[in-house]
Amino acid sequence: MNFNAVWTIYVFEMRRFFRTMTQSLVSPVLSTSLYFVVFGAAIGSRIDEVEGVSYGAFIVPGLIMLSVMTQATSNASFGIYFPKFIGTIYELLSAPISFLEVVAGYVGAAATKALIIGIVILVTAFFFVDIQIAHPFAMIVFLVLTCISFSLLGFIIGIWAGNFEQLQLIPLLIITPLVFLGGSFYSITMLPPIWQTVTLFNPVVYLISGFRWSFFGTADVGIGVSLLAITFFTAICMGIIWWIFRTGWRIRQ
Amino acid sequence: MSAIVSVKNLRKAYAGGFEALKSVTLDIEEGEILALLGPNGAGKTTLISTICGITVPTSGTITVGGHDAQTDFRAARALIGLVPQEVNLEPFETVMNTVTFSRGLFGKPRNDALVQDILVKLSLGDKKNSKIMTLSGGMKRRVLIAKALSHEPSVLFLDEPTAGVDVELRKDMWNVVADLKASGVTIILTTHYIEEAEAIADRVGVINKGEILLVQDKAELMSQMGQKQLKIELAEATQTIPKALAGYDLVRSDNGLSLTYSYDTKGERTGITTLLGDLQKAGLQMKDIQTQQSSLEDIFVGLVKETA
Ligand SMILES: Nc1ncnc2c1ncn2[C@@H]1O[C@H](COP(=O)(O)OP(=O)(O)OP(=O)(O)O)[C@@H](O)[C@H]1O
Ligand SMILES: [Mg+2]
Repeated sequence: MNFNAVWTIYVFEMRRFFRTMTQSLVSPVLSTSLYFVVFGAAIGSRIDEVEGVSYGAFIVPGLIMLSVMTQATSNASFGIYFPKFIGTIYELLSAPISFLEVVAGYVGAAATKALIIGIVILVTAFFFVDIQIAHPFAMIVFLVLTCISFSLLGFIIGIWAGNFEQLQLIPLLIITPLVFLGGSFYSITMLPPIWQTVTLFNPVVYLISGFRWSFFGTADVGIGVSLLAITFFTAICMGIIWWIFRTGWRIRQ
Repeated sequence: MSAIVSVKNLRKAYAGGFEALKSVTLDIEEGEILALLGPNGAGKTTLISTICGITVPTSGTITVGGHDAQTDFRAARALIGLVPQEVNLEPFETVMNTVTFSRGLFGKPRNDALVQDILVKLSLGDKKNSKIMTLSGGMKRRVLIAKALSHEPSVLFLDEPTAGVDVELRKDMWNVVADLKASGVTIILTTHYIEEAEAIADRVGVINKGEILLVQDKAELMSQMGQKQLKIELAEATQTIPKALAGYDLVRSDNGLSLTYSYDTKGERTGITTLLGDLQKAGLQMKDIQTQQSSLEDIFVGLVKETA
């Protein structure tokens, strides 16, 4: 294992994050704050408590998840797509490193960025609503696992994408709807029964539910199921990456 | 001398089925400068990319420093520095950062003094904190070289290092290459400038349509294949070539004031002495004579034409 190389990629990517601080941090924080103002304060004041939690507080875990998932995906996909696009990938391919080290560097950096954004949003949330975290350790585990798994997904998208449109396509077409319909802003028990069943095919439901459980101790689905779901999702992403590694798909000609 | 890079029966067919390399076999000797000449699309970049791990060989083997480039890729690639043909650099990074990044990728610990040294050698010392996008094209090309040198390679591949570089800078680069050679680095460069190969290479390889046509010691190549011309200037113009000189295949200039005789330097006898004697017998007065050596360019053009 060439740890020096992994660290080099990681630091290089993190520097990009800090250099573009405004875009990387301020915009997700700002948009989430707007959600709090609109959904939490304006609309939330007219909504009853959900599962015994004030609506403003109820949406906090979902909002964090929404940002973390989209940020992890877009950061990781951009991170690896950019060298492909400008041609600097030649260096990664001709260096004495294996593909898995490249993955570790890029996914590690993307996950770190998403984690930082998630934590900053959490801190921001404290200014708007009154929340307690019932299971802090579980909260961190869920957050970190989500950051990693969605960064893996983003990495795959970045390898797959042949142009910038495709790079935007998956997050826009798949992730955002799945997150919105995954119970970020409501409990799935509020849906008609048929939609409750449909929703169970949405993997994001398990992540948001588990994450919310770590805050309030209540969940739409069992915590064990949630953990299983995220582990399964991570495993699938890793499997795909392993396959890309074996075949050189879209990387080496 | 022993081969530091050894390529055997290397074939590369791209995804579309196009065969860019057809069974290439090539040994690169340790410490030499090998110039690869070939027209556009000959397969120079493909050959380099395949040795460096950017493209996957379809069949054949490559070893670098005795390490198989496929199975023992870490050891093989650790020895190689690559300066690609395309100027691919991250525009928003500084020179220092991007060069340091390259060193790190090769697993080497950060060494600012060494990087600084390389930058100075490439006349980039005052640009180390500049962003890449603020550099000129020639400077960017030198940044690519700095990146390749940052991890202290034993074998350096330069894919058209002097394309788009002005004459003075080209000479500077030749000096850098000469210094590297002196420090024991093996250098493979591709070029379209024949003078470049003539000026700095120890051996010259000619590649066309995915095949190596020849690899030979430069001096040997030029003497073996070189034709020399003897130009005889006459005191008075001649309208015809006298019959007595018919056997020499002389070429008369348009104004009739000079005759050119071509001969092979590798031939046992050049025939010059008898020609000069016969000239006098034919009554032609010589004013001056001069010889010309055919350049590598003539050899190259001749070879490529043959395979066209
Ligand atoms: N990625 C690719 N997919 C398909 N064909 C390719 C690819 N890259 C190169 N080729 C083809 O392989 C052949 C050799 O290309 P290569 O780039 O090796 O030539 P070259 O000798 O470096 O030329 P130049 O002097 O123009 O740089 C060309 O016909 C080219 O079209
Ligand atoms: Mg080329």
